Amino acid sequence: MMNYSSRPPEEPAVHAQDLTVVRGSRPVLRGLGFTVPRGRITGLLGPSGCGKSTLMRAVVGTQAKVTGTLDVLGRPAGHPSLRTRIGYVTQAPSVYGDLTVRQNLDYFAAILDPGKAGADRRHDVERVLADVDLTGHADSLAGTLSGGQRSRVSLAVALLGTPELLVLDEPTVGLDPVLRRDLWQLFHSLAEDRGATLLVSSHVMDEAERCHRLLLMRAGEVLAEGAPEALRTRTGADTVETAFLRLVDEAAAAARTEESTR
Amino acid sequence: MTAAGALSLPRTTATAARVLRQLRHDPRTIALMLLVPCVMLFLLRYVFDASARTFDTIGASLLGIFPLITMFLVTSIATLRERTSGTLERLLAMPLGKGDLIAGYALAFGAVAVVQSALATGLAVWFLDLDVIGSPWLLLLVALLDALLGTALGLFVSAFAASEFQAVQFMPAVIFPQLLLCGLFTPRDAMHPVLEAISDALPMSYAVDAMNEVLRHADLTTAFVRDITVVAGCALLVLIVGAATLKRRTA
Ligand SMILES: Nc1ncnc2c1ncn2[C@@H]1O[C@H](COP(=O)(O)OP(=O)(O)OP(=O)(O)O)[C@@H](O)[C@H]1O
Ligand SMILES: [Mg+2]
Repeated sequence: MMNYSSRPPEEPAVHAQDLTVVRGSRPVLRGLGFTVPRGRITGLLGPSGCGKSTLMRAVVGTQAKVTGTLDVLGRPAGHPSLRTRIGYVTQAPSVYGDLTVRQNLDYFAAILDPGKAGADRRHDVERVLADVDLTGHADSLAGTLSGGQRSRVSLAVALLGTPELLVLDEPTVGLDPVLRRDLWQLFHSLAEDRGATLLVSSHVMDEAERCHRLLLMRAGEVLAEGAPEALRTRTGADTVETAFLRLVDEAAAAARTEESTR
Repeated sequence: MTAAGALSLPRTTATAARVLRQLRHDPRTIALMLLVPCVMLFLLRYVFDASARTFDTIGASLLGIFPLITMFLVTSIATLRERTSGTLERLLAMPLGKGDLIAGYALAFGAVAVVQSALATGLAVWFLDLDVIGSPWLLLLVALLDALLGTALGLFVSAFAASEFQAVQFMPAVIFPQLLLCGLFTPRDAMHPVLEAISDALPMSYAVDAMNEVLRHADLTTAFVRDITVVAGCALLVLIVGAATLKRRTA
């Protein structure tokens, strides 16, 4: 889609090997290995409950019971020095409903970088408000916004500062097509102009086509990894959706034969 | 970058300001926090219309108990909301120390407690003729420490509450036994020895004792100093244990 193949190869933003996560008493991620290259948008796709949010929580370092190797920006995931370098949007909007949009952003900006001059911080807040198209609602209470607006406030918080890695858990759910297009343009400009790395999960398969790279997951495992075109060619499908469904069916069939031969 | 344990002053004050700002959007809660103690004292004064001495003891004890209960409730609900809304997960993924968060809460609710106690103490001393021999400033100091203890206990129990329903039920579980045994209803030395021993181990007993010391003595007594040291020590201890219940990594 964009001219990104000319960049020099470098250490990936995220590198996982044998990554296993246990939640409750069940393994939710089972021995995953994958990489997320720097400066690109990597889409994380897979059916509900397959472990996308768990994987993202492991990357930002809020998930307990993680084993295996997981390196993020050259450090083990959860390292304190990563806390200013990663922007994270949880799946459910995590902002204070009883504060205005601007008060929310002011607070998180102060936590992120208390040393920054007040004017710079205000400037940063204005920038992210414009990025998510909420300047007109800056003084509304977050709790009185619509669901889509509230999730954009949550996204705005993650954009504060200049995070090198953005981990966005379903940031476009519940948004109309125009807003979704605008946000994807924003994601591309973050990757291409600012060199940020994005890891974005989604249910919507047409969004997959907008990613540079995809990680397809199913039941706690990575089914396939690669550029959307490559996945389409490999499976002989016209869309990523069909490619994904074929891969899922293949995996399910393989699991069945394994079961019956055991 | 904050090292583990070290507090970052700007992050603590930003958190305290944020908590107060949240409260400001909820004027009804503020009104309830500030007015309910006053109304209760007012009622009590006329319930004990015929025995001013009883009002003195119970009134002074209540000046210590109100901030504890209010701050306990407010803190346990506020931190629970922070956990369930995902804002806690977001904050702990950011460069915020656990100590910053807890100190921020303690600072914000401590400030509210000062206002609450000043109103209640002022009303009791100047309008309801509560007969305090010691300095009303000491009453205020005890009230502040009680509020910190309430904040600490609220923070601590919120780790064990999965819902607002459970959080509210911790109030009878944690506060009522202390209320019964703190000497509000009967002097502690008149209780069954077993209960007296238990009451010796509960922090609210010292809060109430400290209030009564101020009520009866013109100057600082050693008993008073011991009592407020116990209350402050308990508050600090529970705050530290509460900090340990905040986990950056959760299941
Ligand atoms: N707190 C928890 N305790 C135990 N198991 C959990 C917990 N949270 C999630 N799980 C389990 O982990 C699995 C993966 O959950 P996860 O939230 O990562 O899925 P997901 O791919 O993000 O799904 P969705 O697309 O619906 O958001 C699910 O089977 C779920 O039941
Ligand atoms: Mg999810």
